[in-house]
Amino acid sequence: MSHAHKMSFWEKYVFSTDHKMIGLQYMFTGIAMAIIGGFFVYVFRMQLAFPGISVPGYGEVTPLAYNSLVTNHGTIMIFWFAMPVLIAAFGNILIPLMIGCDDMVFPRINRLSYQIFLLSALVLVASFFVPNGGFGGAWTAYPPLSAEAAYNATPLGAPMWLIAVALEFVAFLLGGINFITTMMNARAKGMTMYKIPIVLWLIVIASILFMLSVGPLIAGAVMLLFDQLLGTHFYNPGGGGDPLLWQHLFWFFGHPEVYVVLLPAMGIVADIMAVFARKKLFGYRTILYSVFATGILSFVVWAHHQFIAGIDPRMANLFTVTTLLISIPIAELCFVYIATLYGGSITFNTPMLWAISFMVEFLIGGVTGIFLGASGADIYFHDTYFVVAHFHYTFVPIAIIGFYAGITYWFPKIFGKMLDDKLGRIHFWGTIIPFNFIFIPLFVLGTAGQHRRIFNYEYFQDLALAEFYNLRVIATVSLLVMIAFQFVFVYNFVKSLRKKEKAPKNPWNANTLEWTADSPPPHGNWPELPVVYRGPYEYSHPDRESDWWPQHEPGPDPADPDYQSPSQNPQTT
Amino acid sequence: MIEAYLERASTYAGDIDILFSGVFWIVAVWFVAAEGVLFYFCFRYRKQEGVAAKYVTGEEKSYKKFISVPHYLILVFDIFIIAGAILVWYNIKQRLPENPDLTVGIISQQWAWTFIHPGADGELHTADDIKTIDELHLMENTTYLYELESLDVLHSFSVPVFRLKQDAIPGRKIVGWFTPTKTGEWDIQCTEICGIGHGLMPARVHIRSAYDHEQWLEENTPAEAGQALAAASNP
Repeated sequence: MSHAHKMSFWEKYVFSTDHKMIGLQYMFTGIAMAIIGGFFVYVFRMQLAFPGISVPGYGEVTPLAYNSLVTNHGTIMIFWFAMPVLIAAFGNILIPLMIGCDDMVFPRINRLSYQIFLLSALVLVASFFVPNGGFGGAWTAYPPLSAEAAYNATPLGAPMWLIAVALEFVAFLLGGINFITTMMNARAKGMTMYKIPIVLWLIVIASILFMLSVGPLIAGAVMLLFDQLLGTHFYNPGGGGDPLLWQHLFWFFGHPEVYVVLLPAMGIVADIMAVFARKKLFGYRTILYSVFATGILSFVVWAHHQFIAGIDPRMANLFTVTTLLISIPIAELCFVYIATLYGGSITFNTPMLWAISFMVEFLIGGVTGIFLGASGADIYFHDTYFVVAHFHYTFVPIAIIGFYAGITYWFPKIFGKMLDDKLGRIHFWGTIIPFNFIFIPLFVLGTAGQHRRIFNYEYFQDLALAEFYNLRVIATVSLLVMIAFQFVFVYNFVKSLRKKEKAPKNPWNANTLEWTADSPPPHGNWPELPVVYRGPYEYSHPDRESDWWPQHEPGPDPADPDYQSPSQNPQTT
Repeated sequence: MIEAYLERASTYAGDIDILFSGVFWIVAVWFVAAEGVLFYFCFRYRKQEGVAAKYVTGEEKSYKKFISVPHYLILVFDIFIIAGAILVWYNIKQRLPENPDLTVGIISQQWAWTFIHPGADGELHTADDIKTIDELHLMENTTYLYELESLDVLHSFSVPVFRLKQDAIPGRKIVGWFTPTKTGEWDIQCTEICGIGHGLMPARVHIRSAYDHEQWLEENTPAEAGQALAAASNP
């Protein structure tokens, strides 16, 4: 099937139904939102380190503005950066290319999904400019604070925030349907379940988790919107409602959501590690089953966010058990990734540096979660900077490192040019080192009892000590350094796009199908759809002279039980 | 480890610190081991001329054990952590002391704390109760129950030196306990975002010896309540 025909600018870039263009639309919208979210963190970190100063480019930070900045920083980075870039952008670009089909099965739903997503982003951005500014009740939006304008002082910002989030969910439901259906129904001939690249499995499992968890929250969001606008009392105890109901609905979604963004990033890392270690993934099925276990367990851990929220104290015991159990499949995944490096022949180029740093940093995020899942310790750590540092050690590896790993790896395929590896390394070290200097001080501050979402610690005598201010200043200065180094990436990105020299079809000698298409792939991807003969990770097979064995190359499958090694069967050599 | 940054001023502060340190050392061993192996592999198996990568599927028994043994070990360590966490949790949150000495009322609202202390009669909700704003006055080595309420949105009553934190929910009265063990003055925080003034809700806990606390009671008992009590005791 060929889609080759002349398209107008609007057809090609704006109202496209091509999965790659929709993926890019998601990616660039996500990056634009990340710049806004990054600006917010710059403003409030400046306020925390140097309280009361007029922040260059913003001005003085009022308590109302501070609340709105932290709320929308969190909301944007999770819903408008991590999700669109990791799931929607990479999912859209990679799924058809890696399973060997010409497009998503529902291209128009795909286009609609992006359009609703764009609308949701516009509603959110517009909410910053209404009187009293954007919503400031934290990204968790606990009622009654979020439910009544008299409490949150943002009569327009709060409902607009909620509508934006609800629209965003609609966009991702549509996208998720597409991902699941496409991967299940449109795979190339020969691509059986266990021959699908792990990154696709993980994106699709993430989409399934999202679909299963988001329903209750959408219902909850509608009730909250009614409380805000129509005066209902779903969450108002004065009218017979219960504010804790929202917390359960929110976290029933909110915890699986962590894995919704984690899994695509882990998938990207898995593929990159296999390619640059020239190794078969250590236990493809182990990864898959661990991810299934994580996904199922992620639905029964939500109340660990609510240990001290006033739930029945006996319930905390149950959720401590499930929360610590989820450490097992996650640890298993980490072990498998590390084991994949065993016996490899590792090239440390930019994508591989990002992939390895994902493991290095994510382990910190993982182990610090144990303190918070242990109910007894959480009494002290709940809502301190220890929590802030913990989840940034998961979300930064996921969203930022995962994104950079993916974009530096697939850049030649997506844009048809090679990124500069040297600039890439400068950007890598300039991001990773300051990242640790931002958040390690926050672990210390959290351990010392510093609580979250406070615009000025001068009012708290025990926290207004000079040594704590030094830590806050270290974190803020590191953030400025990290932000500055992002310009190296932008420069590299633009410079590489303008290069005349085209990237080869398969610069990394990778096995998966996307590398058999032109760079960038045309509309329709291949003149003739590829056929798959083996799994995606057959690197360094002893029976081959070259250290890779592409999925589409006709020949035997070494995973086949009937496979005969030529070395054991000299007649055939 | 927490005590290096913050004093302990309640009977259970030490339990939380020990739980934290215990989890810390368990986790530290695993963390160092995992990062160590990761860095070692990165160095040992860097690309070298003439050295090909091994072909390992991860399904071989000889290799699988390197994953499955740590897997079961983690389960064992998880059980230790769960047991420790639940023991500490049970003591602080799930049980109430059998013979508490006094009860204090804590009322949170946007953006202030009201503390209601029992007067000389030792009973809460009587005429000689002492109400204060943003100051909680306690007696050393006395077991208190607290009744935590909120008048508007969610707040959270947090006393870091006690290692205690509890959300306040409008429409509910949440009962818990603490026993101060050290005299001094420390921060009370609101740790649940509660609107514009969330950062402007600092309060202080004042813990005094029994003698000093009596003095404070005498100085602060409302005049009319004192007269009423005097009248009641002299019929």
